[in-house]
Amino acid sequence: MHLAYPAVLSALLFCTGLYGVLARRNAILVLMSVELMLNAVNLNLVAFDVWLSKAAEETLHSGQALTLFTIAIAAAEIGIGLAIVLAVHRNRGTSDIDKLRDTAEGHEHDGPDSDGSDSGTPATPATGTAAEKAEATA
Amino acid sequence: MTFAALATTAGLSQTRGFLSPTGVEIAFLLVGLVTFGAAVVTVTTRQLVHAALWLVVALGGLAVEYLLLTAEFIAWVQVLIYVGSVVVLLLFGLMLTKAPIGRSPDADSGNRWAALAVAVASAAALVWVVVDAFRTTWIDLDGPAEGSTEVTGQALFRNWVLPFEALSVLLLAALVGAIVLSRKAKATPTGTASHGPSSGADGPAAAPADGPAAGPASASEGRPSSQEGAR
Repeated sequence: MHLAYPAVLSALLFCTGLYGVLARRNAILVLMSVELMLNAVNLNLVAFDVWLSKAAEETLHSGQALTLFTIAIAAAEIGIGLAIVLAVHRNRGTSDIDKLRDTAEGHEHDGPDSDGSDSGTPATPATGTAAEKAEATA
Repeated sequence: MTFAALATTAGLSQTRGFLSPTGVEIAFLLVGLVTFGAAVVTVTTRQLVHAALWLVVALGGLAVEYLLLTAEFIAWVQVLIYVGSVVVLLLFGLMLTKAPIGRSPDADSGNRWAALAVAVASAAALVWVVVDAFRTTWIDLDGPAEGSTEVTGQALFRNWVLPFEALSVLLLAALVGAIVLSRKAKATPTGTASHGPSSGADGPAAAPADGPAAGPASASEGRPSSQEGAR
């Protein structure tokens, strides 16, 4: 097999994931795009491992071992990422990453929120939803 | 050694051509088209659940590509972990964040066209570089499979044992971290009340400084430290 086939497919998948990370607004969709990028890297690792094991007599199989490590790290990453997204959704009532800009600087329309004290900042943008959720969970 | 291998593959490439693809290459191309199409639909569809289901198609297609590359063990690990657990986790995440089932018009942010420009530019650059670099490189798929379970297992447990064990520690840390992060905020006031006197000065000192809004965060951070103290 020509090595360009898996390499080109891997590059295209990586750029698809890149578009998803940059263009998506929901945090879970961003996590899906990150998975796409990680899978593109995995395909590259496997293809080059198969090529080098035959062409260069490489018996370490570093590509496949690193692929397994990447898969495990991706599983850990998706678990932690979803836990963070769920915690943010529980505290703010949204998982929309365009609205999570408490640490941003220089947003005039967010001025009163981001210029407030540290204790007031997380509570102010989603006071209504936070109060509703507090009542719902109580 | 690699240089000699490159020379031999360059010599071998005289007998092969772009215009006479083998059956494996045709299968790889077709499955690759399906995979890429599913990935594009995943990042462009406005229905969130459909995005997760198209991600299943993309990841399953990648598993087929691994099989075509004779990496059999990686293919089944891909099916088990990605299709089996990661997508299920994503669907649970969509369900728990109360994602709308129908079309959600705000799935894409306003910088979509800038993102598209960046993605297309990087795709063009990467494809050009990769095709130019590996134009005369061929994978020899004949002979015994390079990614069978026996070969992968021997490589993993002979050369990669220490990273493998370190990975288990990482998974344990991720497990504990996910549990701590996704703990209900309702349980934390009773936790700080019961652990407050035993944990000493840091709990009461940290809570007024952060204010009432940061209370659950500092409380959830205080729990593992007090549990470690209990151990």
